[in-house]
Amino acid sequence: MSADKLQLVCPAGSLPALKAAVDNGADAVYIGFRDDTNARHFAGLNFDERRAGDGIDYAHARGRRVYLAINTYPQPDGWLRWQQAVDQAAGLGVDALILADTGVMDYAAERWPGLHLHLSVQGSATNPGAIRFYHERFDIRRVVLPRVLSMKQVRQVAAASPVPVEVFGFGSLCVMVEGRCLLSSYATGRSPNTYGACSPASAVRWEETGRGLETRLNGVLIDCYRPGEPAAYPTLCKGRFEVDGQTGYAIEEPTSLNTLELLPALLDAGVAAIKIEGRQRSPAYVAQVTRVWREAIDACRADPAGYRPRTGWLATLASLSEGTQTTLGAYHRPWQ
Amino acid sequence: MNGIPRLSLGPLLYYWPRRRVLDFYRRMADTPLDIVYLGETLCARRRDLKPADWLDIADTLAAAGKEVVLSTLTLVESASELAALQRLCDNGRYPVEANDMAAVQHLAGRAAFVTGPSVNIYNARTLDVLAGCGLMRWVVPVELGRDALAALQRQRPPGVQTEVFAHGRLPLAWSARCFTARSRNLPKDDCRFVCRDYADGLVLKTREQEPFLTLNGIQTQSARTHSLIAETGALLELDIDVLRISPQSQHMEDIIDLFHRRLHGGLSAAEARRQIEARVPTGTCSGYWHGTAGMDTHPSPSS
Repeated sequence: MSADKLQLVCPAGSLPALKAAVDNGADAVYIGFRDDTNARHFAGLNFDERRAGDGIDYAHARGRRVYLAINTYPQPDGWLRWQQAVDQAAGLGVDALILADTGVMDYAAERWPGLHLHLSVQGSATNPGAIRFYHERFDIRRVVLPRVLSMKQVRQVAAASPVPVEVFGFGSLCVMVEGRCLLSSYATGRSPNTYGACSPASAVRWEETGRGLETRLNGVLIDCYRPGEPAAYPTLCKGRFEVDGQTGYAIEEPTSLNTLELLPALLDAGVAAIKIEGRQRSPAYVAQVTRVWREAIDACRADPAGYRPRTGWLATLASLSEGTQTTLGAYHRPWQ
Repeated sequence: MNGIPRLSLGPLLYYWPRRRVLDFYRRMADTPLDIVYLGETLCARRRDLKPADWLDIADTLAAAGKEVVLSTLTLVESASELAALQRLCDNGRYPVEANDMAAVQHLAGRAAFVTGPSVNIYNARTLDVLAGCGLMRWVVPVELGRDALAALQRQRPPGVQTEVFAHGRLPLAWSARCFTARSRNLPKDDCRFVCRDYADGLVLKTREQEPFLTLNGIQTQSARTHSLIAETGALLELDIDVLRISPQSQHMEDIIDLFHRRLHGGLSAAEARRQIEARVPTGTCSGYWHGTAGMDTHPSPSS
């Protein structure tokens, strides 16, 4: 099968994670700088210039690529930092920049004409018309699709897109269209678009009360756990709320996306790359997930018709998932 | 000397029965609104009004002296949705509010357009690119605060107008999933149009009974009504061209009248705010404007 389909793109929030991804079979690794220029702006995570250079050297020496995400939306007072991030990444020799903001993309395309640009999932492009906007103006080489399309729609978009598409295969699940979700800034003042983090840790409080373990985001009660109930990080859309007198996961359960069983369909649709979410996860996590996906993609390429997800792969991924549950998310129409 | 902002009515975000929609816009023709945005922006399954019906409403409002703009779908996924969006862009009679880059792409170089709040314009370079495509007016993304907007106003390209979302439950997120159908344990493809039961959306409360968000089909809104009626002084200072009022099921004429009187000097900030508070479903907020959490409330300025 052609090697330009189903490239495996893995996350790294640190140099050890990058090495783990490369050593376990990632075709490309994506990283970000240590600030709000990317959508995993978490304390202690990500790369300074020197570390990024070391990571790029490590990957390139082994024939793998490194993409760098600058995928948040700069406001006027931050503009120069985003511009500097683009220059820094270009100087480091990254294989592609993953961008969301139209202005940043315009700058990168003008200042670094040879540099490959990918439209980030944060760019919210869910149809060929939107993709063409970025392709015609900035010559993007790839688009990362938001996690809102059904398998049928992924097929349609991939067929009509002027550039190869990358889709999410595994990891935390955004229920909302990425780049168009302000729930976090409504509650905390900080959103993925402006700050690079959803439900930021600085706004989180865990409190033992008479009612149980309460999790709050800037004072808003997100969930409450009975003794012994496993508690999850209070991501706003995955809390339990009351709607029409019923309490439950009104938006989404704490669950992870897993599309392992869709690989033959994604291959057949011509999907260029599978992205694994999780720059905030440990090197051990990245190693295990990368190894499973490498094996699965190789098996699927070798024999798409005979491909079945192996029990061992599913067990490994389930053990690493949020709430140990996985879902096909929007790919599976009844989920919607 | 800056001009007094004009008043617009944003697109109707809820699914009201056909007769209610027709009656609503008949009444809106008699208000001091300057601009009316029309069309279904959320869900392609909401088809009580056909494109031709929206054009009829547009003609009636235009005859009453309103500037009319047709608004596109926001989350465009299927080939049929994209084709419908392109037909709307080619209507030939009214300018279009692009709520997705697919509409910007289709209109670029062909017709002047407006961008809605879901088109991410956070900096001057983005504004420049879109101005080069034919942008005539942009609705500021709701999470941008006063200070960022002040900087953008200083840098904005000539001829581009700025519109601020000044009243309404905030559109915060869009999803493939229909949360209203989910609340009734129905799949989206067999939703039975239950969103019609909630004229202002379905309130989601915390387990402490605090209204937090509003479920409106595939859209999630704030439970509180974002209101900038007490901030008209600052809006005037920033030379904002248009203030947007988002439709709600009750008190619409009163709210338009309050904004109109406030802008034309007939009402104090504190009194205007008090009157608005009495006419919204679950309280007000204005945090985004002040650079804090969107749900926050801030005291009225003294003027």
